[in-house]
Amino acid sequence: MKKRSEWRTALRRDWQLYVFLLIPITYILIFAYAPMGGIVMAFQDYSARKGILGSDWVGLDNFRRFFESYNSRRAITNTIVLSLYTIVAGFPIPICFALMLNSLRREKFKKVTQTIVNMPHFISVTVMVGILMQIFNPRTGLYGAIGEWITGNYPGDILGSAAAFRHLYVWSGIWQNFGWNSVIYTAALSSVDPTYHEAAMLDGATRLQRVRHVDIPAILPTVVTMLILRMGSVMSIGFEKVYLMQNGLNMATSDIISTYVYQVSLAADGISDFSYATAIGLFNNVIEFILITIVNKISKKVSETSLW
Amino acid sequence: MRKQKVKLCKEDKIFYAVGYTIVIILTLLVLYPVIYIVSASFSSGDAVAQGKVWLWPVDFTLDGYKAVFRYRSIWVGYRNTIFYTVAGTLINVSITMICAYPLARQNLKGRSAISFLFTFTMLFSGGMIPKYILMKNLGLTNTIWSMLLPGAMSVYNMIVARTFIQSNIPNEMLEAAKIDGCDDFQFFFRMVLPLSKTVMAVLTLWYAVGHWNSYFSAFLYLSDKNLYPLQIFLKEILVQSQFDSDMITDVATATQQQNLKMLLKYSVIVVSTAPLMCFYPFVQKYFQKGVMVGSVKG
Repeated sequence: MKKRSEWRTALRRDWQLYVFLLIPITYILIFAYAPMGGIVMAFQDYSARKGILGSDWVGLDNFRRFFESYNSRRAITNTIVLSLYTIVAGFPIPICFALMLNSLRREKFKKVTQTIVNMPHFISVTVMVGILMQIFNPRTGLYGAIGEWITGNYPGDILGSAAAFRHLYVWSGIWQNFGWNSVIYTAALSSVDPTYHEAAMLDGATRLQRVRHVDIPAILPTVVTMLILRMGSVMSIGFEKVYLMQNGLNMATSDIISTYVYQVSLAADGISDFSYATAIGLFNNVIEFILITIVNKISKKVSETSLW
Repeated sequence: MRKQKVKLCKEDKIFYAVGYTIVIILTLLVLYPVIYIVSASFSSGDAVAQGKVWLWPVDFTLDGYKAVFRYRSIWVGYRNTIFYTVAGTLINVSITMICAYPLARQNLKGRSAISFLFTFTMLFSGGMIPKYILMKNLGLTNTIWSMLLPGAMSVYNMIVARTFIQSNIPNEMLEAAKIDGCDDFQFFFRMVLPLSKTVMAVLTLWYAVGHWNSYFSAFLYLSDKNLYPLQIFLKEILVQSQFDSDMITDVATATQQQNLKMLLKYSVIVVSTAPLMCFYPFVQKYFQKGVMVGSVKG
């Protein structure tokens, strides 16, 4: 009884606040929670005609099929390899760049540099892949021209090469984002107490020594947090860029879980298998959920920052 | 930075020389492809195809841009993208703010449960297919609403706004306003919104760039060409090399057609990306502010 009267007072006092919340809550229930209910499809043989309530139950068949298929193993491996490559190559560069830029002395130069390296971040995925295709065109692109200039012959088709796909994907991503990703470290570095630097200078420390003993310790907590959080999203590599870069020739390395889901469902005409696709998506989401919960626990322990 | 004339020791001289060199090289690596694309878009198709363009335009021409201006779909896409960006961002910022403000009030009953309802969606989702089927069942596919509603609020952005409100609008202000007979609606519109200008600017930029650049929702939910945003037409032109059939009519040979198509691609890259690029330096400080606000946890 006491609880109920507490609520009544709260509602009377703050009803306007709850009115505000009505719209966002409705939104989240419809567009985030209703699809979660749709997950039951993973355990059905869904048919659009019968709907979710009328379709037949098949237990774990869809999952069994997924784990037994060759394509699924390939998709899982490709997802993890591409993701780890992105982290290993892409994570340290923004940190080094921020440290380097921060240690330079001309403020104007630093500002201009930062503006330039940040800009490619705002290029859309479609345009980014379009740029890749133009520049790496083996005949008409810059890549073809350089290849011809060096060897005298046009080079092979790098865009249709399974061996080159990962490098192109990862390094074009680094080109586009290293500047932007360094902003958070630059921010952390700018809050370093200048008296540390002055004290080190009085002791005769060189600039390099100050980077090592003042700057790096200062951003280490940020680095650790970012790395942990980044590791939590190993399974959630984006669909958009991979899908656009994908072609029949590079599927061996470019087929990842999210593109595979799309291929067996919405892209397939006539034989779209919604239940199978939902099952794969669910498998992916559960692993992602576990990973992010674990890293968040670790992050809380190590650096007292967490996602929630 | 205090100005002081300190004589640099030898190690420091080397350090700065190496530092400036690396930073300049990296900046040039970022800049070069951009310059190349702009130059190629102003060069003749022949010069680009034969690899004569290295830095500046060769055989200056505006053919590519003329083709872009004649290309109807691009302008349909441009119009739609502007609409989706303006309407979408308006919806985004409104919903984010009316969600963030009540949740910033520490004494709101049920606050932690409601917050959890939102944050949980950052960790787990139904996935691509259930979302698609929901949109279909709601009858939203192939309408403008499929571009505006699914991402109406980003929970991450809402948390950023909530943190901002908590740390910038003290409780005493609310209490004082209440004594003057101000209710929550009035307080929100007269005090909270004007005092949250900074965070609203950040949100506007984040959401607007997201709308401008996204192709995924349109790709999944739209099939009517008149509703396509620019990015879908860009995908057709740049990635799939599909052109409107009535586009290239007045050029004779196949090689000329090929070259014009290539030139059109370079020009369309410039035309679609230039607005954001030119705009960015002026609003840079807000984006960077956003990174700081976002990294402070409430």
